[in-house]
Amino acid sequence: MHHEKPAILVLEDGKVFKGFAVGVGEDTDKEAIGEVVFNTAMSGYQEILTDPSYTGQMITFTYPHIGNVGTNSQDIESDKVHATGLIVKDIARNPSNYRSEKSLPQYLKDNNILGISGIDTRELVLHLRTHGSKIGIISTRTNNISDLVDKAKTAPNMEGLDLVPNVTCKKAYDWKEGAWCGLQADGKSYYTSYSDQVLSTRPLVVAIDFGIKYNILRLLTEIGFRVKVVPANTSATEIMSYKPDALFLSNGPGDPAAVTYGIETTKNLLGKLPIFGICLGHQILGIALGAPTFKLKFGHRGGNHPVKNQITGHVEISVQNHGFATKAETIPKDIIVTHLNLNDNTIEGIDAPDLNAFSVQYHPECSPGPSDSQYLFKDFYNRVVNN
Amino acid sequence: MPKRQDIKKILIIGSGPIVIGQACEFDYSGVQAVKALKEEGYTVILVNSNPATIMTDPDLADATYIEPITPEYIEMIIAKERPDAVLPTIGGQTALNVTLELDELGIFEKYGVELIGANVQAIKSAEDRDAFKKIAEKAGLDNAYSICVTTYEEAYAAVKKLGYPFIIRPSRTLGGSGGGAVYSADELEVKLRRGFDASPNHELLLEESLLGWKEVELEVMRDKANNAVVICGIENLDPMGVHTGDSITVAPIQTLTDKEYQVLRDKALRLVKEIGVDTGGCNVQFSIDPKTGRQIVIEMNPRVSRSSALASKATGFPIAKIAAKLAVGYTLDELPNDITKMTPACFEPSIDYVVVKIPRFTFEKFPVADRVLGTQMKSVGEAMAIGRTFPEALQKALRSLETGRQGLLGGKESKYDNLDQLLIDIAVPTDNRLFLVGRAMELGATVEQVFQATKIDYWFLNEIDKIIKKENSVKGVELDSLPIETLVELKKLGTSDHRLAQILSSKTKVKESDIRKLRHKNSIRPVYKTVDTCAAEFQSFTPYLYSTYDSHSDSNVTNNKKVIILGGGPNRIGQGLEFDYCCVHAAMALREAGIETIMVNCNPETVSTDYDTSDRLYFEPLTLEDVLEIIHVEKPFGVIVQYGGQTPLRLSMLLKDEGVPIIGTSPEAIDTTEDRRKFSVLLSKVGLIQADSGTASTIEEAIDVSVKVGFPLMVRPSFVLGGRAMAVVHDRAELESYIAESVEVSYDRPVLLDRFLDDAIEVDVDSISDGKEQMVCGIIEHIERAGIHSGDSSFILPSQNLSAELIEEIEASTKALLRDCNVLGLMNVQYAIRKGRVYVLEVNPRASRSIPFVSKVVGIPWAKVAARVMAGESLKELSELGIYGDLNKFSNYQSVASKLNYFAIKESVFPFIKFPGVDALLGPEMKSTGEVMGIDTTVPGAFLRAQVASSNPLPTSGKVFISVKESDKIHCVNMAKSLLELGFEIIATKGTSDFLLTHGIKSKSINKVREGSPHIVDLVNEGGISLIINTPEGTGPLLDSRTIRSTAIEQRIPLFTTLAAAEQAVSAMQLRSSEAKLGLRYPSGVSSIQEYLGR
Repeated sequence: MHHEKPAILVLEDGKVFKGFAVGVGEDTDKEAIGEVVFNTAMSGYQEILTDPSYTGQMITFTYPHIGNVGTNSQDIESDKVHATGLIVKDIARNPSNYRSEKSLPQYLKDNNILGISGIDTRELVLHLRTHGSKIGIISTRTNNISDLVDKAKTAPNMEGLDLVPNVTCKKAYDWKEGAWCGLQADGKSYYTSYSDQVLSTRPLVVAIDFGIKYNILRLLTEIGFRVKVVPANTSATEIMSYKPDALFLSNGPGDPAAVTYGIETTKNLLGKLPIFGICLGHQILGIALGAPTFKLKFGHRGGNHPVKNQITGHVEISVQNHGFATKAETIPKDIIVTHLNLNDNTIEGIDAPDLNAFSVQYHPECSPGPSDSQYLFKDFYNRVVNN
Repeated sequence: MPKRQDIKKILIIGSGPIVIGQACEFDYSGVQAVKALKEEGYTVILVNSNPATIMTDPDLADATYIEPITPEYIEMIIAKERPDAVLPTIGGQTALNVTLELDELGIFEKYGVELIGANVQAIKSAEDRDAFKKIAEKAGLDNAYSICVTTYEEAYAAVKKLGYPFIIRPSRTLGGSGGGAVYSADELEVKLRRGFDASPNHELLLEESLLGWKEVELEVMRDKANNAVVICGIENLDPMGVHTGDSITVAPIQTLTDKEYQVLRDKALRLVKEIGVDTGGCNVQFSIDPKTGRQIVIEMNPRVSRSSALASKATGFPIAKIAAKLAVGYTLDELPNDITKMTPACFEPSIDYVVVKIPRFTFEKFPVADRVLGTQMKSVGEAMAIGRTFPEALQKALRSLETGRQGLLGGKESKYDNLDQLLIDIAVPTDNRLFLVGRAMELGATVEQVFQATKIDYWFLNEIDKIIKKENSVKGVELDSLPIETLVELKKLGTSDHRLAQILSSKTKVKESDIRKLRHKNSIRPVYKTVDTCAAEFQSFTPYLYSTYDSHSDSNVTNNKKVIILGGGPNRIGQGLEFDYCCVHAAMALREAGIETIMVNCNPETVSTDYDTSDRLYFEPLTLEDVLEIIHVEKPFGVIVQYGGQTPLRLSMLLKDEGVPIIGTSPEAIDTTEDRRKFSVLLSKVGLIQADSGTASTIEEAIDVSVKVGFPLMVRPSFVLGGRAMAVVHDRAELESYIAESVEVSYDRPVLLDRFLDDAIEVDVDSISDGKEQMVCGIIEHIERAGIHSGDSSFILPSQNLSAELIEEIEASTKALLRDCNVLGLMNVQYAIRKGRVYVLEVNPRASRSIPFVSKVVGIPWAKVAARVMAGESLKELSELGIYGDLNKFSNYQSVASKLNYFAIKESVFPFIKFPGVDALLGPEMKSTGEVMGIDTTVPGAFLRAQVASSNPLPTSGKVFISVKESDKIHCVNMAKSLLELGFEIIATKGTSDFLLTHGIKSKSINKVREGSPHIVDLVNEGGISLIINTPEGTGPLLDSRTIRSTAIEQRIPLFTTLAAAEQAVSAMQLRSSEAKLGLRYPSGVSSIQEYLGR
């Protein structure tokens, strides 16, 4: 039987959970620190772990069995795991899925990520729901709780923290991959690949990489764009030098207010290019338009929040991952609130029609999660070609 | 978009009697729908022939018609009530089928009634295999390669293309009747015929075999604004090939990546839209090739279903309630999520636990039935369990089955030691395959070996392996040296105290209570967590709880005055809906009395496990261990054990011994009635008599008893439920073969022998006592002679053949029994009346199967009254309170009965069609799954309605086949005359035919089967017979008459196996015919139960 190495999770407020280490060898000790958040999605843990927006965060999965389908080389949203820790009730060591290449514990180990299993995750979630997100430490050194609490207390809070430099690309690059194709009779699955020749005739979108998820790039490509990804600190002038037809503001980690350079660039390009933003990109667009953000008590993370499109009246089941939101009362008059979260009425989408810029707080690219909102990519494309 | 104002009155069609494939879940959905529509201010009309349902409570709908669910009767209801709309999606396949018939007859158009919830086109598209495939393809879904056939010629041609094995799926059937896999040409003919016969429109789909593929299901809700959500994904542990109703299923889906799941979700939503389901819930089933991920759509149901009930219980999302509200025009975002209150119903529940559902089979009732599972459903009920992990949920579900199992391992299969043989056996899906899998792994089979044999997904097998490894690791360990850490690990894997005691008993006997003590000493107890639809993201307001071995409880126990009601567990033959009705009524009544009510049950189909039935719901197994832990945290002032049938009753003594406060009749008093010796003493004290009887521990003793008591004898093992293994033997030879073949006899397990009271009238009496005052609630007379299990016989209220003196005697005897048994609550007594003498057959001081029927017919909710009596109120106080009607008048039952100006007949419904080859003969062992009621101002009228409702409609012309036993022959002379007068032709076997001729009755003689073709079975198969009256001799293997009966069942020909019932049928036909001569329809109209009761 697998021998399990003890580990503990300590929160900054002194709450302790005892469990077992995941992703670490028996003879090595390890520690991980981050803001402890929870995600209520029941599938898609690999996509979530590789989502750059989770930088600086440790993810608690509310679903108790995590790792059932293992990991593979396709279900990734960036080149590595970005979450700093994984917190689960139970981890599957023997995955089962025809696409699985590696078990989740092994994958974490290879990515040098520490996790903890065997804890009462519902108790943790209730604690975070009641007391708000907390900085926590997972450690295999289980006898120095007060030291760990002290360390957690002194760790920087998310508010005011700019984490984008940790995840943005170092230099600009072109993206050529489209949507996922799988479930064929032959069992093969792949992402559609587009040739330079095909791409050359398409409108160009420059995507500012604040920590972009691959599936945004895949869907932008699939819908008909040629995509150039640029580092977060790329200036408006540099962007315009690519002669783009549109600008995309990506998702990403941390406090949007701290990403001053991104806000600046956005302000400079407002009205010059059609703009679409997602998540952090939405928050940055909002700030650029004059609507600041605030930190939610424990954020929205999952794949089941209802978002109502205020224009069509249709409800979309959305993918959520954000700890900050745009302040409703600060929205300027000429900005339309296009989407609202039906659970707490927070703003989920805005449109500045005069400036041809719009954005959503949630994740229409899904991956993981429901695809209800993918129409937004088509909307963006139409805006660009009709511009 | 608010609710519609243009409709005011809505007719809801129920699902009728409980049958395999259609059980309590439609009472649950019906109750939700009625409540939801009433809440919105609509007038709700209800039709359902099933009197045991909660939905037919006179207090629920505005007008309740306990009438047959046929176009004829529903038209009468529509003509009378003139509803604006019909909601057909709540009553299962029965409601959908009758809706299609009504539509074809133009009834909706004629009366200007609108269908809400689903339109005819959508129903047809989902039902019609060919249309469905086309629509699925249009929506971008893959179908299995298949061919639709309506003739044998087409079928043979199709089989050439498909090859073996292939699957037969008949159109428009319940629970897959007549379907199945065909493996070779040898069985082709038989299986095609069965399929064609089962399909009302004689249509079959022959399909490529997907055996061994994964099977998953999505529960979808859609509103008229095209908002659509998936409430729950369910994955079957059993791979394709086993009907979903017979499969072990797990929620949520465990073995799909998000990419696969989202493609599946997109497909399901596209399909639902393309089919045209305007609003409501529906399920879509898929099959997935585990090697490639290829997804094939199998079917969809544009209505609420067994799965949607399961999904509702698994997630806390009330699908039927929301479906009803969507049907009247709301959109999902306008409706609140009841559980969180602050968030809308337009979302997809996230769950932070694992749900396992396991079907409950009753093959022990049908020993000759084929236990191999296929595409035709065979289970009669199900248990569901919730745990934080799959192993925990699985083991909880297994002990919820109440088959004596206390978990995955340690059952009867433990005697198998041949691993090679086990690996062969597990390749065939049967009701006990999972236990054989467990045993094989216990003996060392690898996950790979088991996968190769079963194709059960590796993930499930690996999780099961965790249980096996951990339990194996403590084999040979003594209790004293069991590490506490290991004990905790075992509890987290769902291992019960009972099972652990069994494992640790290798050297010295360890009792379940020893483990319990050890746990408690070390504070190892379960915690309780909430089912909240949102994985704790939002606050929840409904205490819907499950236990788990984890660290934190979020159950928020109150200090209120509270009562725990123990439910009935999974449905099985002998214990079903009737007991759920009683438990629900107890919860309602105690709530009305201001007491906090706590329900414990594990049956996901039921109303009792609806989170708003009681104040708190524990979805838990009904075992001593699980119940004691709940009592420990809740500390109720009383526990009700007498409403859930045998399940809680069996716990009553054990609970009492643990100091649990049981309210109502004491466990000791219950024991007195079950202990034959104590009971005899009691009866003689009261001055009542029983049939002569004796007990035997050997065959010799049995013969001695038979000599003293005389034949015929009713024989049974000493511990029986629902008449298990009971039989009537007529001579020494039959007695010897019974003892040799049917039962194990020993000094521990003696056989009981009672003189069988032949040709006696049987009477069921329901009664109540508050300790001071006694009342008879209803005296029901059986139509069949004594000897047929009371659950199977048809019966009538008020009684027809009992004199005022007899009724008085029965009333007095019953009251004496109530007093002398110290009954507090309900009591049922069965009497036999033979030659004017009243014999006591059985006394059960608890809620009986007939309580819902009696309550509806006399208009008093007796289960509610008794619940409050148990909680301490007197009948006098309750009568003064008035909310349950005028109880006072029941101090003299005779006067109540004489004032009833209508008659109600219960008829039983049997599952024989699902078990080809099983004899349809009735006897002391209960075989029915459900019941219907016919109510009318005349007895024949009530009988006729009951027959129509039980799908045994009486013919108006044609040939009647009569074959009766010697003693019945003289009695059937008048009946035969009447049949001739009614214009029927009589066909009889030689003996009967000759006998009739001696009485001047002409009949056509036909060969018995053994006399060679053309014989009676040929004639039945050709469709040449419209009614069969067959009362067989004795209980021997009467092959001939048995074939006749099973053929009648297969051909759906009305069949009567007792003369009493046949006589009633003939009277009913006579009345119908005489009315017809006057140009009148009979029965002429319909009245609601509220009208009968004078409300």
